[in-house]
Amino acid sequence: MNAMPPRNTPGSAYNFAYLDEATKRMIRRAILKALAIPGHQIPFGAREMPLPYGWGTGGIQVTAAILGPRDVLKVIDQGADDTTNAVSIRAFFAKVAGIATTTRTAEATIIQTRHRIPERPLTEGQVMVFQVPMPEPLFRLEPRLAETRRLHALGDYSLAQVKLYEDIAKQGEAGTSYNHPVMVAGRYLMSPSPIPGFDNPKLHNSPAIMLFGAGREKKIYAVPPYTAVESLDFDDHPFRPMRAPHACSACGSTTSYLDEIVADDQGGRIYVCSDTDHCRENQTP
Amino acid sequence: MYVAVKGGEAAIEAAHAWLAERRRGDAALPALSPEQIEQQLGLAVDRVMAEGSCYDRGLAALAIQQARGDLIEAAFLLRAYRNTLSRFAACEPVDTGAMRVQRRISATYKDLPGGQVLGPTFDYTHRLLDFALAAEGIAAPQEAEASEAPMPRVTELLAREGLMARDAPDDGAPPPDLTREPLPFPTPRALRLQSLARGDEGFLLGMGYSTQRGYGNAHPFVAELRMGEVEVILAPPELGFAVSIGDVTVTECQMVNQFAGSATTPPQFTRGYGLTMGHGERKAMAMALVDRALMAPDLGEDATAPAQQAEFVLLHADNVEATGFVEHLKLPHHVDFQSELEKIRSIRARWEEKA
Amino acid sequence: MKPGFSDPVFGAQSGFAALMNAMARPGRIQDCNALHEPPPGLDPAAAAALLTLADAETPLWTDAEGEARDWIAFHTGAPLVEDVARAQFLLATRAMPALASVDLGTDETPQDSATLIVQVATLDDASGWRLTGPGIQHEHRLTVTGLPADFAVQWARNRTHFPRGVDVVLCAGTRLAGLPRTTRITEDR
Ligand SMILES: [Zn+2]
Repeated sequence: MNAMPPRNTPGSAYNFAYLDEATKRMIRRAILKALAIPGHQIPFGAREMPLPYGWGTGGIQVTAAILGPRDVLKVIDQGADDTTNAVSIRAFFAKVAGIATTTRTAEATIIQTRHRIPERPLTEGQVMVFQVPMPEPLFRLEPRLAETRRLHALGDYSLAQVKLYEDIAKQGEAGTSYNHPVMVAGRYLMSPSPIPGFDNPKLHNSPAIMLFGAGREKKIYAVPPYTAVESLDFDDHPFRPMRAPHACSACGSTTSYLDEIVADDQGGRIYVCSDTDHCRENQTP
Repeated sequence: MYVAVKGGEAAIEAAHAWLAERRRGDAALPALSPEQIEQQLGLAVDRVMAEGSCYDRGLAALAIQQARGDLIEAAFLLRAYRNTLSRFAACEPVDTGAMRVQRRISATYKDLPGGQVLGPTFDYTHRLLDFALAAEGIAAPQEAEASEAPMPRVTELLAREGLMARDAPDDGAPPPDLTREPLPFPTPRALRLQSLARGDEGFLLGMGYSTQRGYGNAHPFVAELRMGEVEVILAPPELGFAVSIGDVTVTECQMVNQFAGSATTPPQFTRGYGLTMGHGERKAMAMALVDRALMAPDLGEDATAPAQQAEFVLLHADNVEATGFVEHLKLPHHVDFQSELEKIRSIRARWEEKA
Repeated sequence: MKPGFSDPVFGAQSGFAALMNAMARPGRIQDCNALHEPPPGLDPAAAAALLTLADAETPLWTDAEGEARDWIAFHTGAPLVEDVARAQFLLATRAMPALASVDLGTDETPQDSATLIVQVATLDDASGWRLTGPGIQHEHRLTVTGLPADFAVQWARNRTHFPRGVDVVLCAGTRLAGLPRTTRITEDR
């Protein structure tokens, strides 16, 4: 992939970071309001991107709106930098913005992610950008957006509470293992995007800015740093993050989130860190 | 095998090379040109322009070629390109009443001023594969002339009699733009029509069809279906006068439906409206049926059928959005699946304890 | 007329970075020196904030006059409105409009509320108000000179409308600080 210089001169094919300035302004206004109303979904005029809807267009638009020439971008999908869609999105920004990219969590100023939060604790200088397929945490319970908007205005989350209660009564625990809804700053119920429940606690009081972009559903929302983010649960059935009870076969970690890999046709399994950078760091003496 | 889960740059490049080879097909055969596609697969070009929301036959043809004939992929290519164009003005509303008509039919009147014009239609062709086409190629066509006769709109004739509900007059406000702002609910009709106009032909066809089968209580008549060229006029305020910037082909359908009336509104006809870029009468007709079905809440009719639910119809009509989300299921989801595995093992263990 | 950003793309990007950090970390003072030659009467940070956020789609209210007003109209393209309640952005260079007089949004669409940019005399984060709320780990301190004497009272009332409410950006010279509607201000007695 040959990196092209940022193109922001008249006559060049695309603007820096692809989006035109009017679109960036519109997204930036939405981001500021999203930070001011933590967990509230802000509709925005999402644009068609050169990547398909559902493949990270919301995250890409948010990243494009915040990205500066000195930023260092990391893109992960399923925790890994080398999954095909992560490779593709990273290459897109290297091409249309000419910015530096990295696979190292510690070096990144912006981390665009699908389905994971890195294991390494984030810092104040970092912004997480989440790709969100369905921003509405209530959509399985109430698909009508006009109705869910009303419920959010009222702070009426009884639908979600009843569902959780029924799950616990029926099967002894919450039915959701990923994309488990969270309460943000005690007011808005929010989809954390389809991260495993294991990652939910990382949203709570994080030093980093957390931005969420849903392109097809045309919503942006945010969690500011140091904001209370609590997984929906009941006092007598506290939320329980889960991971496979094994050690990483590459680095030996017993605390990281693991991918389970079918190793042979006898049903043998091995487990390795889903966060490839974390696994690499653990292996480095 | 760990590597196999995670593709890399090399895998992506190899896939692109393979795609290019498949696109070209057998190199012993002459390559298609976008010009040939534009001329000889004109209805595919029209559909891609309509669903791609961009009137440019050449680019639509290029998109079809690049997409190997996948018309949804082609519409997507065109939309992504359209999105990078800066918009400098909005044209005046096109006057379909002044259309240079190539096709115009009414199912509600045997004859009418301007007459019925069959035009280039598949109607009344016998659907027999034409093997001569394969053997001899396409014969050079005879020149066809667009009609210059004035053709008043059929619905206008009914409106003069007071039997057709008038559409709200133009309030002069700048029209909302679906591509700049997210769709609000309830949706103003202007935005609804924009959304339907770029909606997937197959989806709208199924929705419109359902209204004829009892899901929505429709009794539709094609008051008029017309296709032809309309002039696009721009009136930049700094210029002080209007200029014509060219002609576009559009298809318009006005579908008449009875309305029982209410306490405040007399019984009369109402119209569903369909308009699409290019020649796309199946799409225009389906759009008109769905537009009418979506009026149900405003007219105080029961809105219980799928085609009458604005959120349901408008949020699922866009094939670029739909295809993206359906196809994103191809992306790796193993992190989520892993958490589902742990979840099901945990629930299963509890179930087995009890059993 | 004075120019806008010398580089419209990167000027707006750096202006936005300051604003985003200000909104994300209330009371933390951000440097915003993307605009080198603001018109007379406007601080570089306040002018840069407007250039970054306002455009033809955002009705704008300002008490700036003369060259500064013309500069804002020309460089942002925003429609200038007289009615405080109709503005999406407000820039106060002298007396700040009452917080309760601007658009606070609705419970369903609280994001439609206005953003008020106030040019103040000084900002100092070593002492003063104690700020708490989202974006703040323990507390941030902030001293602002040049706000109405009852600002903290108005602000407390603004918080009671949540999720409705106005968000404020305080600007002094090339520095700015944010007060999103979630921030609680405690005055030291
Ligand atoms: Zn490992």
